[in-house]
Parts: sequence; structure tokens; C-alpha cells
Amino acid sequence: MENHTTKSHHPGYSTYFFVWLALLAFTSITVTVAGISLGKYTMLVALGIAAIKSALVINIFMHIKFEEKIFKVFLALSFFTLLIIFILTSFDIIYR
Amino acid sequence: MANGNTVAENFYHQSTNKHKGILSWLLTVDHKRIGLMYLVSVLTFFLVGVIIGILMRLELIAPGKQLMEAQTYNSLFTLHGVIMIFLFIIPGLPAVFGNFFLPIQLGARDVAFPRLNLLSWYVYVVGAILALVSLFLPGGPIDTGWTFYVPYSVRSTTNVSLAIFAAFILGFSSILTGINFVTTVHRLRAPGMSFFKMPLFVWATYATAWIQIIATPVVGITILLVMIERAFGVGIFDPALGGDPILFQHLFWIYSHPAVYIMILPAMGVVSEIIPTFSRRTIFGYRAIAMSSLAIAFVGYLVWAHHMFTSGMSDTARWIFSLLTFIVALPSGVKVFNWVATMYKGSIDPKPQFLWVMKFIFLFSIGGLTGLVLGSLATDIHVHDTYFVVAHFHYVMFGGTGTIFFAALHYWFPKMFGKMYNDRLARIAVALYFIGFNMLYFPKFILGYMGMPRRYYDYLPQFEPLQRISTVGSWILAGTIFFIIGYLIHALVKGKKATSNPWGGVTLEWHIPSPPPLENFKEIPTVTHEPYDFSQLKEMKNE
Repeated sequence: MENHTTKSHHPGYSTYFFVWLALLAFTSITVTVAGISLGKYTMLVALGIAAIKSALVINIFMHIKFEEKIFKVFLALSFFTLLIIFILTSFDIIYR
Repeated sequence: MANGNTVAENFYHQSTNKHKGILSWLLTVDHKRIGLMYLVSVLTFFLVGVIIGILMRLELIAPGKQLMEAQTYNSLFTLHGVIMIFLFIIPGLPAVFGNFFLPIQLGARDVAFPRLNLLSWYVYVVGAILALVSLFLPGGPIDTGWTFYVPYSVRSTTNVSLAIFAAFILGFSSILTGINFVTTVHRLRAPGMSFFKMPLFVWATYATAWIQIIATPVVGITILLVMIERAFGVGIFDPALGGDPILFQHLFWIYSHPAVYIMILPAMGVVSEIIPTFSRRTIFGYRAIAMSSLAIAFVGYLVWAHHMFTSGMSDTARWIFSLLTFIVALPSGVKVFNWVATMYKGSIDPKPQFLWVMKFIFLFSIGGLTGLVLGSLATDIHVHDTYFVVAHFHYVMFGGTGTIFFAALHYWFPKMFGKMYNDRLARIAVALYFIGFNMLYFPKFILGYMGMPRRYYDYLPQFEPLQRISTVGSWILAGTIFFIIGYLIHALVKGKKATSNPWGGVTLEWHIPSPPPLENFKEIPTVTHEPYDFSQLKEMKNE
């Protein structure tokens, strides 16, 4: 299995810096939104922001964006499992 | 490859480091030595769990106080569960036999990350030590049951935080092993070893590794949340603080139900190795068995809340999870039917290992079928939290995985240690284990049906005869376990030298000397045969 290519795809420091700023911005949005009453959308908004932050970290800091397809498939599998867990748990939360 | 290895050519005499004696083991990165280190640790904790089990059964030999106070009994059943689940049955097959045989069956020299492999053993040991330390610190041993249910686990004054932190650390050991195995399967297969030429034990261990990686973090987070709640009084699970106790049960079982498959899948893999070898026939439905491992791993994520039918969750969730639970029977059935079909018209050699597997199919089927009683909402409400549940999961876990742990030990013992054990003693052990096991656990089905609640220190006088039979069964079963360990240790010291292929297996571990050399293969083999192609046997004899 020596065909593992080691192409250099490292983004520059500026990308890391801007992603970091974006993460800080999203964190402050999370904190701000927590103080506003959004009713049943509260959790949805919090999860949405968290998902965007995770996507930035996973793609840029953890390099998944630049990796082989198989890593992306495995990551998708994990997300799919998480999604199923969320949906199945909601059958309890929503109908309780 | 003939069995002509001299003493100096096996991994016991070849070290991966410059040290000698105990240090050469403690600093080794050889997957086989690490597997053996796991074997010793796992068996030690298993015996501790067995002794605790015997003490509990002695207490229950008659109604009223016999040996200990109720609080001691509460701690003992918690410890028995924690030790057996986290220290024996979860790491048992993957960390011992997976470590030893997965790289060899793939035609690799080691796992993908040998140092990480050693680290996983140390993490396991640290977790185990913390669990033991928690017993002796002020506050006393944990008394919550192995499921750590809130709100009691948040309020209990015993050493809950340290004990669950130990479980948190043990989880890391499991994750590291999982990462290692997935990477090894993807990166280190020998030339010609396509995915569908991998032995079924490898398939099962691969599916298990995925569960270890994906599910274990959930219990890790859950444990941290309980610790935060205990330390800072944050209302996450305790309803008195505004928390949701059912949320804990969801999170706990989102891990712990897939963990049931971490326990049973490698056992099913071992069964798929032993049956073809002793039937001298290629496995029936190879792809179906391989895919059913993945299917069980996947469906295992969808059924966790069947542990919670009486917890107060919504009716909608209850029927959905009940329905999903029955789906697990499909891939499990695929395996059982294929195993039986493999034996059909085979040239069966009923060696002890094969008898262990037959016993597994019998005991596991009882465990599985009584699972249907528990998976159905109406009947579950009648028998939930009774001895029926205790009997069910002991048939599945101990009758299933525990039995196969001994089957695997008997099957691979000559390869691991280069020695043969006494066949007659092994046959006696199979019979005694079967008698002891059923005497110990079958009365619990009846007791549970009659209404005996689990985890109770005392009971009504009408339960005494069955409780007494169960206690006598525990003596037979525990005696058999010590008997097995006794004749295996005797074989280690005085057993005859094993040949490279004493059972006539054809997977790659039977192509190399017993015990294997360091790095397993002089040259990495090129795989040309199907994994269970017994026409290779003639070629192997000529080698």
C-alpha cells in the first residue's frame, strides 16, 4: 500500500488565522443567542452554529478537506450514525 | 512452512527492545506479547469477578443475612458488573485474540501502530488500578450498579466519581485498540488479501473496531457530565436540579448497547473460524457472514432504548425501539444458519474446541430467544428488572462471549504457547461447564418470571429452592473455570510440543510455526486461496 500520496496541501497561516477568527465569532454568536428567547428553535440554532464550527475545525485544522476519499467516507459514516441517534432520541423527546 | 523453529526463533525469545526479563515485556511493541499481557490482565480480573459472584451467590443461599450486610452486597454486584463488563468481556476477545491473531491472519508483521497498541494496555491498567483504588478510599466502594443510573449516582456518597472516571479511562483503551485494528485492516493486508479473502474473525474484529471508535466517546462524555454534576451541582441529569434522568439512560445505552456487540461480534468471528476447521469444509455463505457482522454493528446503534421500556420515555419511542430490536435477529439468524449449513455434510471432528462452539450456539440461542421476550413491550413490563433479565444477559454474555473466550483459548492455545493440553480433561471441562452454567442461570429465568427482582439482598421464602440450586451451580461453574486454568497452566509447563497446525486449520496463523516468530513471517505471504479453502491442507503438509 505504498501508493499513499503525500502531496502538500497545507493551507497558509492566514487561512488558519481567519478560521480561528470565524470560530471566535461563532462562539460569541452562541453566547449572544443563548440570551435571546427563540422558543423551540433554540436548540436548532445552537446545533446549527455548532455544526458550522465543527465543519471548520474538521476540514481545515484536521485536514479532512485535503485527505483521501476514504477518510471522508468514514467521517460521513460517523455523522450518519450521529444523525440517526439524534432522530431516534427525538422520538422520545418530542412525543413524551 | 514446517514447524522446524528452534527455541530461539519464537517471539518469547526474540524481543523488540534491548531489555531482558520483565522489562522486555513491559516495553514490548510486539502485538503477540501485548495480546498475552492483555490475556493475563483480563483473566486476573475475570477471576476476581468470579470470586465476587460466588460471594454473592453464597449470600443468597438462604433468605436473610448470611455473610454480609446489604450495603456490602450492593457494592459487590456493582463491582461484579463493572469488572466483568469493562475489564473482562469488552477487552476480552478483541484485545487478547484480536491483538495476537488479527495481524497474523492478515499476513502482517504487526498492527499498524505498535506503540499505540502498548499504550492501550497501559491505559487499561491505569483504568483498572483507579477502579480498584476507588474501593479503598473513604466513602467506600461504588454501589450504583454497573449502569451508574442517575439521580442515584449523582447523590450517592460512595466513590462514584473515581469509579466512573476509571470507566472513562478504560474507554480510551478500547478506542485506541479500535483505531489500530481499523487501520491495520485497511493498510497492512498481505498482497492478494482482498477484503473478501479476509478470515471471518478479522471481519468481525473489524466491525467491532468501528463500534469501539464511534460508540465509546458517547459514554465518555456521559461520564464526564455525571462527574460535573456531582462536583459542581450543574443540573444535567438530576430532576431536583432541573435535569433529565432519562437523558442519562439514552446516552448511557447509546454506548452500552453497541457495546453488547463489541462483546459478541468477535465471539461470532471465532465461531466462524472453529466450525470450518473442525468440519473440514469451507464456510457456508462467507459473504453473508461477513456482511452480517457489519449489519449487526450498524443495527446495534438503532436499538438502545429497549433497555428503557419502563423508564418513562414516550410510547412512540417504545414501539419504535421494540420494532427495531427485532431487526437484530435477522443478521444474527444469518450467522447461525450459515454455521449450521457449514457443518452439513462436513467431516466433523468433535474436538473440545468444536464442542465449546456447539455449547455456545445452544446457550446463545437461549439468550437470544429470551431476548425476544424482553424486546416485546408487553412481556418486558412483566419481567423487567427481575432475575429473568439477569438470566438473559448472562446467557448472552457469559454463555455467548464467555464460552467463546474459552473456545478461542483452547483453539489457539497451541499456536500461542507452542504446547498441547490434555484433550480428555478439556472434554470433561466442556461438560462440567455446561452443567454448572445451566444450574446457575436457568433457575433465574423461573425466579424472574415468579417475580424475584434483580439486585435484591433478600428474598421471599418460596424462592429458596431455586436460589439454592443456582448457588450450587455457581460452585460447579467456578470450580470448572479453575480446573480449566489449572490444566492449561499444567500444559504450559509440561505439555507436549505443538506442531504448527495441530487442528488442520488453513488461515494464515496455521502456516507459521507454533509459537510464531517475532514479526510472524520470514517473507510476507502472497494470498492466492480463499480463506477457508481446505484443498490447501495437502500443500501445507508438503511445505
